[in-house]
Amino acid sequence: MVDAQPPSGTGPLGKREARLAWRLLAPTISAVALVVILPLLAIFWISVKPVQLSDLRAPEVVLREDLRGSPEAPGDEATLRYRLRNSSQDQPIVNVSIEDVIPEGLEVLLVDERCTLSGRDLRCEFGDWEPGFRETLTFPVTVSQVYFDNDIRPQDSEALVDGRSSNVLTNSTFTLDNFKRIFNGDEFFEVLWITLFYTVFGTIGALLVGLFAALLLNKSFKGQGILRGLYLFPYVSPVIAVAFAWLILFDPFSGSANALLVQMGVTDEAINFFGERPLALIMVTIFEIWRYFPLSFLFILARMQSIDTDMYEAADMDGASPFQQFWALSVPQLLGILSVLFLLRFIWTFNKFDDIFLLTGGNAGTRTLTVNVYEQAFAISNIGAGAAVAVVIFGCLLTFSLFFLKFISREEGL
Amino acid sequence: MIRHGYVTGPALGGLWLIVLSVTVAVAMSFGTGEAFRPSVMLSLLWGAVAGGVMVALGRSPTVQAGIFIGSMVGLLSGIGPMLVGPDTSGFASVFGAILLSASFVVSLTPILKEVVPGALNRHEFEGAVIRFLTGFGYIFFTAIVLIPFYVMVMTSLKNQSELIQNPLDFSIDLSKGAELFRSYDELFTQFNFGTYLFNSFSISVLTVFITLAFAIPGAYAVARLRFRGRAAFSRSILLIYMVPMIVLALPIYIAFSMTGLRNSFWGIVMIYPVTTIPVALYMLQGYFRGLPGEVEEAGLMDGLSRLAVIWKITLPLSLPALASVSLYVFMIAWNEFLLAFMLLDDPSKFTLTRGIASLNSSEIPRQHLMAGSVIATVPIMALFLGLERFMTKGLTAGSVKG
Repeated sequence: MVDAQPPSGTGPLGKREARLAWRLLAPTISAVALVVILPLLAIFWISVKPVQLSDLRAPEVVLREDLRGSPEAPGDEATLRYRLRNSSQDQPIVNVSIEDVIPEGLEVLLVDERCTLSGRDLRCEFGDWEPGFRETLTFPVTVSQVYFDNDIRPQDSEALVDGRSSNVLTNSTFTLDNFKRIFNGDEFFEVLWITLFYTVFGTIGALLVGLFAALLLNKSFKGQGILRGLYLFPYVSPVIAVAFAWLILFDPFSGSANALLVQMGVTDEAINFFGERPLALIMVTIFEIWRYFPLSFLFILARMQSIDTDMYEAADMDGASPFQQFWALSVPQLLGILSVLFLLRFIWTFNKFDDIFLLTGGNAGTRTLTVNVYEQAFAISNIGAGAAVAVVIFGCLLTFSLFFLKFISREEGL
Repeated sequence: MIRHGYVTGPALGGLWLIVLSVTVAVAMSFGTGEAFRPSVMLSLLWGAVAGGVMVALGRSPTVQAGIFIGSMVGLLSGIGPMLVGPDTSGFASVFGAILLSASFVVSLTPILKEVVPGALNRHEFEGAVIRFLTGFGYIFFTAIVLIPFYVMVMTSLKNQSELIQNPLDFSIDLSKGAELFRSYDELFTQFNFGTYLFNSFSISVLTVFITLAFAIPGAYAVARLRFRGRAAFSRSILLIYMVPMIVLALPIYIAFSMTGLRNSFWGIVMIYPVTTIPVALYMLQGYFRGLPGEVEEAGLMDGLSRLAVIWKITLPLSLPALASVSLYVFMIAWNEFLLAFMLLDDPSKFTLTRGIASLNSSEIPRQHLMAGSVIATVPIMALFLGLERFMTKGLTAGSVKG
């Protein structure tokens, strides 16, 4: 007699379910692959290429054609002219050739030696062109009546231009200069330090302020809903709007905050909040706390409202004071969500770009790694160096994420 | 030592008066544009006296009236907790004095309600401290949230010379009538903000629909179906959400430049949903997991296909979650700045955020910048105040358990 065993392996139903799952996931996977994975790979590629912002436009052959000599009657002679040039000042184009159809009614008298004319089809080959190379081709022609009847001018038929240019993004030139450049000097360590300060204090500050706000609203009273909505404002409004509001509020010349401080006798002269070291860094960190405390507040409040109230009643009966209840009951219950929030917010703050970019543009000692990407790629126009910084960021994030996943799978059982 | 009625009462009274005098001074300055200034030392002194009196004599109406009158006398004779400038009008200083005295008396009474002369037990002491901190918290949070928005709105209603003359004066001159809204009028007539508003709105709505179309099936598969690699997939969604936008923006910029998708409406519509799909998928799968599986199984038994089950059972059951995810995605798309800034150069295709960025130049007056900010902020806030319940639930549902 054989013992009855549960079926092992995947049955046909299970296979069908798995197939359906992959089908349902396919659109997401392909979209994410296209817009996230591919660019990430591209970043690694670009970071070892000497790419400048101007290299993004590939060099091309610019062609203009016209008929010179203003013929007026059949039999007049004129000159068909092609003017060509290499649009790039620093890159060659190889195997340049053009093809064109000569309009009816123009009889070419003499064909340039680089060109062949069969019927009305003209084909010219030029070989390789240096950067900034210019060329003019002229063909003497006689004009017949058909030309005037048809009224098709030479420039009306689009000429086909061909030529291979080597694009720095796809050729095989590699360099480590980008990395050398960004790791060089004290600048990199300053950027790293600023990023760390901003991230650590921004994260902890937002958590503590959020916790305070959650404690305030963790009781039901009239108007609690309105206050909760109100406290979300900084988080939900467009960053550009609130960043400019802060800039105007703290403007050194005509800002209300300065006027207020001067009037209250705190300071004698206006303070340039977003323009001085190290005040600017502190201000952007405070902005970060201000903007993101609502998120921590929301999550902590949700967790608080799910704590059993019996526990507090029991503690009350035993004579625990409010602070004792907070430390001994609430904090241990909140520890889980607090640590998840800390890790999430840490990574997001580390990634933050818009806020600092809008407030200071990375000046006055506020250039974090993310702002440095923009600075290198667009302000200095060195795309390769920008990509190299991005690779560094990605490396940091990978480290954080591994740590995070290890932790969150314990917390959340994902 | 500190848990003694005659220490706690004056200490809390002093600190509370500092909080209130700063608050009232700032509010009066912003409201009238005239000079009000809190004095920390005098506030501490007056508050301590009031706190001590309240502890010693009880909180009867007579004591309250006495403190009110004392505070008024002090304020108006220029040695009170809040000082006024020499040019401040009489009406404003009297009004400020009444405001400060009344709010102090009314709020100090409940704060000190359990504080009695002599030693206090932990409950009484901590209760008083907590009531003080609660009062401080409400004032603090309301102030930090409202002041930037208040400045935004008021600046947009002013003109250049008024702004420079007195940066503190945020009172509105109602006699100007429609002239108040001149900046808004100019933004819509000369700066194309109608188009930007329309662009932002249509891009955001399209983003919501595309995101849902991708995320619903994905979230359902992750939440309900068993397949190899499910746990790994569930984690990698979170990982993707952690890739910073600026890292992706660089290659996207290059790719869009080379394919001519830069500066196009559809380019933006293609890229926005991808930034929101991972978070939408994560939020939805959390919700789907919480739905009872039995209902769906009943549907399957009755011969519905999986897709029909999703369409006829799961989706109707998760309408609240769909609403909150849509709201959240709409918010992300509406507020998005970085990609719009990098990918759009043509003023006819700007979104609102990109349009505001273009107002940030020295040639355009600041009230226009603020009016633009108000235009971008008001719709999203209105949406949130109306649907706040969904937002709170939806944001936290996907990630917080138990």
